Amino acid sequence: MSQPALLLAFDIVLLTTLLALALAAVLSPEPRRAVMLFIAFGLWLSLVWARLHAPDVALAEAAIGAGLGGALMLAAARRAARAAQRGTARRADDGAR
Amino acid sequence: MTEPADWARSDRARERARDLSLLLAVLLALLGVVLLAVYFLALNGGAAPRLAELALARVPQSGVGNPVTAVLVNYRAYDTLVELAVLLAAVLGIWSQRPAPPGFQRSSAVLAGMVSWVVPLLIVTSGYMLWVGGYAPGGAFQAGALLGAAGVIVRLAGDPTAGLPGEAVQRWLLVLGVLMFALVGLALMLLGAGFLTYPPKLAKWLILLIESAATIAIGTALAAAYVGGRPSAKGQGPSAGEASAAPSSSSLGPRP
Repeated sequence: MSQPALLLAFDIVLLTTLLALALAAVLSPEPRRAVMLFIAFGLWLSLVWARLHAPDVALAEAAIGAGLGGALMLAAARRAARAAQRGTARRADDGAR
Repeated sequence: MTEPADWARSDRARERARDLSLLLAVLLALLGVVLLAVYFLALNGGAAPRLAELALARVPQSGVGNPVTAVLVNYRAYDTLVELAVLLAAVLGIWSQRPAPPGFQRSSAVLAGMVSWVVPLLIVTSGYMLWVGGYAPGGAFQAGALLGAAGVIVRLAGDPTAGLPGEAVQRWLLVLGVLMFALVGLALMLLGAGFLTYPPKLAKWLILLIESAATIAIGTALAAAYVGGRPSAKGQGPSAGEASAAPSSSSLGPRP
């Protein structure tokens, strides 16, 4: 296989996986899972940026978009889950009363 | 007796949620169509004279060799200044919500050992990123993100302050980026050069000064955002805890 054809195949794999990760992250019903998929999406997107010869954006995407954004969103998802748990517990209490 | 009413209410809520998600989907689809249309218009717009060549030609006079850094800190310095202000506003919003939640439990010896290796490496890498941003991919945002990641790791390993100093010092570190940017801009204005118009001879050092301050501010802001609340809002109690936590974060190194 010649080099352009190989690169084209690589790009197609890259883009299909990126779209699949994005859809999975958006459609995932559980926040924690969605955040993990979003982190994977961010790392994959940084590969796409590197492929587009934009190493600055790739670095920023990997460090901020996937790394720190992911950490912040994981913390938020944990808090949201805890708040939801507390909410359902209260509702169950009300129902029992 | 209340059950039918409850049912009706939850039904209506479900319907409203479904309507809302439908509306969102339609709006997003429209946005996608608009973006595609703009993209094709731009593709078929022909090769009009653009700014890129002019900007690229002037990079040697901007004080840095990396075109991205030149755009970020020299050509469009306003944007970066306001971006730093946005980050500051985000941290202020987080601080106004509630006091910081308690941290995680102290890490075991294995994780603590790894943290004592990774955190210094992250700090050194951050300094490298900052310096290399002058002539290659890198720069203040990436360097600041690495510093913030070091803070996140320290907090995950059990230090509730994420290795940050007390609130008074933290406030100064948070505003450092905007402050240095604005001070340099105002000083240049007083010297008659115009707000953030660097003279080519001084440009390199002014940019390095601004980027260093911005790196520290971004790192502090990201770590403070991960802490998730104002550090000493519970009164005077935690300040003593911070005083004892600060040395412990610096003594994360090998313990006997």
